[in-house]
Amino acid sequence: MRLSLKYLLLVSPAALMIVVLFLYPLGFSLISAFTSKTQQFTLEHFSKVLTLYSNDILFTVLIVLISVALLAVISITLSAVITLSPCKPVVRALAFLYRLPLFIPFIVAAQMMRTFLAKNGLMNNMLVATDWVTPMDTVSWLGWKGIIITFVWKQLAFATLLICGAMASLEQAQILAARNLGASRPRILFGIILPQVMPAIGVALVLSTVVMMSVLSVPLMIGTGSPTMLTVDMAFRVNSYGDYAVANALGVISLMICGALSWFYLRHSLRQKGGE
Amino acid sequence: MKELAMTLPARLLLKGRQRLSGNLLLQTLLVIFITFVMFGPLLNLLIWTVAESWYFPHTLPNQWGLKYWYQVFSPYSDVSSSLLTSIFIAILSVVVCLLIAIPAGYALSRRGMPFRVLFMLLFLIPQAFPNLTVYMNIARIFYQWGLNGTIAGVVLVHSVHGLMYAVWICVAAFSSVDPLQARASRNLGAGPIFTFWHIILPQASPGIIAAGIFVFLESLDEFTGTFFVGAPEITTLPLLLYNASMSGNYQISSITALILLVPSILFMLVINKFMRPEMLSKMGK
Repeated sequence: MRLSLKYLLLVSPAALMIVVLFLYPLGFSLISAFTSKTQQFTLEHFSKVLTLYSNDILFTVLIVLISVALLAVISITLSAVITLSPCKPVVRALAFLYRLPLFIPFIVAAQMMRTFLAKNGLMNNMLVATDWVTPMDTVSWLGWKGIIITFVWKQLAFATLLICGAMASLEQAQILAARNLGASRPRILFGIILPQVMPAIGVALVLSTVVMMSVLSVPLMIGTGSPTMLTVDMAFRVNSYGDYAVANALGVISLMICGALSWFYLRHSLRQKGGE
Repeated sequence: MKELAMTLPARLLLKGRQRLSGNLLLQTLLVIFITFVMFGPLLNLLIWTVAESWYFPHTLPNQWGLKYWYQVFSPYSDVSSSLLTSIFIAILSVVVCLLIAIPAGYALSRRGMPFRVLFMLLFLIPQAFPNLTVYMNIARIFYQWGLNGTIAGVVLVHSVHGLMYAVWICVAAFSSVDPLQARASRNLGAGPIFTFWHIILPQASPGIIAAGIFVFLESLDEFTGTFFVGAPEITTLPLLLYNASMSGNYQISSITALILLVPSILFMLVINKFMRPEMLSKMGK
């Protein structure tokens, strides 16, 4: 038997598993979103989605955009401080702290935030203790704010890890040269480091978007009902009505939102490469 | 003129020092803020596990105690039975994943492998799509196959989820094996299977063990797939946590969350020693 055939045989169980249990259901969902009961092409599921769930689509897009923007700002700040700070204790403390949520599952993060952000949660209690607010003025942070906080909290570790890694693997000589020529740290960050780590930032944000669009537990446990995220609508559609067609149409829309963000990123990075 | 030249660097130095100390203050504030953000929710979770009653407007629980711990670890509680189910499913997922991922990882690490990039991409695909849509349809397909609500169905779902990580880690593990040793073993007359078992596999075992631990954790923590495929017949720990939390039993759900939290943090601390951010920087290029 030829060697390459042997290798293909060794890979085939794994490949088969991905094809049968991932690609086949994915294709199934695409087809089911566009076919009617009589097996013909139709867009009626999408019109139903638009009449019933257009608010939720908007809500999901807003949540994801705000979370991704916050994620970008905070993870870039953290990575920049870790890369550029001359103060070693600060670097060490931050490098330890940001990794904590890396493997914490979303459901645990959701449960922690559900208690932490509640009206009687530790966050409000700390704010009260510092006299910033009175007990009667405290508000529950659950709802859209809570969903964003939980997403950013959980994904921060992953995004910072990628961006920090990209920054650490840059050529130190460039940064030293810039510093010798008198560039300030912010100038080094915006002029030298950020343009070079853009691909890593893009990957971190696109992958985080995909994760946010597929997490069910956070909007279920932190959200306040209506409007809610598309994942909850899909689960509701399937579990309460067994209505796979509309659920799959919602799935196609969430795919399109992810696709749009990835496309935006790809176009941006391709244009940059073309310009070089 | 000369005087000006003398004072300019001195003034710059002074300015620089002021900015540095200002920066240091900002950095210290950042560290304090991040500490609060990271540990606040953890602390709240810990308090809930030992709070017997805690309601507005009490800043801290008005009754502390371990009552719920006894409840959770009594042999008749839901928690201990779903903990066993979770561990059983996780071990089966690790076995399935490694059985499939080790041959695949070995083949993909060889140079003679045809369509290598294509296969590596195939194992990345599950990361690039929101997987809830897929789980929903897997549940529908499993319903036809009679796998819904069975351990086998949940194990399959968890294995697909873990497989891509397992394959990628195994490829890395086999790629780092010294090829000269395998060649020497073959030259001395050992067969290919003997060489694989005695020369290649032991060298790749740290990576394979890491892949196994990772799959185990992923399976232990998986919620969405189990929610569609397993519920209500199969209750794993994340499902129990969800049900307890939604019915307002924060003590039980916090203790369950803590059980899930400890292995995740331990794994992070262990891997922290081996994982340098520089290693991950190749992604995105």
